[in-house]
Amino acid sequence: MGLAKRIIPCLDVDNGRVVKGVQFVDIRDAGNPVEVAKRYDEQGADEITFLDITATADNRNTTIHMVEEVASQVFIPLTVGGGIRSVDDVRNMLNAGADKVAINSAAIFNPAFVQEACQTFGSQCIVVAIDAKKVSLKGEENKWEIFTHGGRKETGIDAVEWATKMERLGAGEILLTSMDRDGTKIGFDLELTRTIADSVNVPVIASGGVGELDHLVKGVTEGHAEAVLAASIFHFGQHTIQEAKQAMTDNGIEVRL
Amino acid sequence: MTKLITVVDYGMGNLRSVSKAAEHVADSQTKIIVSSKPEDIRSADAIIFPGQGAAKACMSALNHTGMIHALHEAAEEKPFLGICMGLQVLMEHSEENDGIECLSFLKGKVKQFDLSGHPELKMPHMGWNQINQTVDHPMWHKIEQDSRFYFVHSYFVEPEDNQFIAGNTTHGQTFASAIAHDNLFAIQAHPEKSADAGLQLLKNFITWNGQ
Repeated sequence: MGLAKRIIPCLDVDNGRVVKGVQFVDIRDAGNPVEVAKRYDEQGADEITFLDITATADNRNTTIHMVEEVASQVFIPLTVGGGIRSVDDVRNMLNAGADKVAINSAAIFNPAFVQEACQTFGSQCIVVAIDAKKVSLKGEENKWEIFTHGGRKETGIDAVEWATKMERLGAGEILLTSMDRDGTKIGFDLELTRTIADSVNVPVIASGGVGELDHLVKGVTEGHAEAVLAASIFHFGQHTIQEAKQAMTDNGIEVRL
Repeated sequence: MTKLITVVDYGMGNLRSVSKAAEHVADSQTKIIVSSKPEDIRSADAIIFPGQGAAKACMSALNHTGMIHALHEAAEEKPFLGICMGLQVLMEHSEENDGIECLSFLKGKVKQFDLSGHPELKMPHMGWNQINQTVDHPMWHKIEQDSRFYFVHSYFVEPEDNQFIAGNTTHGQTFASAIAHDNLFAIQAHPEKSADAGLQLLKNFITWNGQ
């Protein structure tokens, strides 16, 4: 017996509300982050990740209030990502009750920010989010690079080198999204996940492409991920977290039941 | 009579999470405050001592607050709950940050995980792991044996005397994940983030008389 592999539902939030539709059968207001978070907590989610897609700085305060509200009623770890650009942003989210913050593009523009955030608050609360896309052609050796702006803008940075650099700068965890798979429902990029997970010592969360429970299982067994993140399969009532954990258990993976 | 519980604020903890979780399970007779004043430690009926981040930063923050004396007194006589780094700094010495002297409220040291031989295991030890309760203790009341709690840490405590161990957890090696000594109970995991098992532990602390 030992550490359980984690299942993490991910919620997009805009202006303090959950967006992109979360449709539980018996929920009054599917856009209410507290209700949605509570429901996932009851289902046995191991953590909840909020991805803030709020565009303006004004509305960011709404996100902070939202985190405060969720954190006072839901007692599992909360991660907040999206628009974290400064030590103050990190501090505000942690003070509001977030346990971890995910840093994405700000790490690319200024890698020293990751180091500063880790030294100020500790590695345990700093997740670096990496959006990677395959750039090698068929028949060539696998190669992935980091992309920004939702996968539209290339940076020329090698994903494996980037992940090891982020670990060196102090990141406590890596949230790895395959931009090739995001939204496709055909499963994680397992080669990408495994390559990164085997190159770093910190936990890797696999993300991007989950369409069925078996994808979550493979993220762990073949992708070597410590945790698996998914959105739509949980949001639309296709599967509950319990069902996902059952599938993991059936495949010999240790989970928190 | 109202019971006052002070959550110790030295700038190094997820204080809001801890106080919110404690408030969530507290009865109407219990008041929970977050404070960095020695007098609020002295006037409290019980102390929650959280902590996060690096040992050196925690010790340096503590040394600047002027609370250490009040904390020492409290740790001798009142129900006292250490959480995560709030457990580690109770020991004498930590290997973290090239070695750092800690509070010495308990005899023992803080060591880094040795995961050689376990290439599959990650560091930090982050996520839900089981605590095997090795003693019968009021703080374990209504918490099932081997319940899972949420952990995030890279160092663990090794008390000089094994009889202080209240629970063990395994991550490549078995380590003391809970310590109990008289009125003091300390846990490596985060009860405030450990769903039902964690909330029950906080509830147990609120009702515990320290014996």
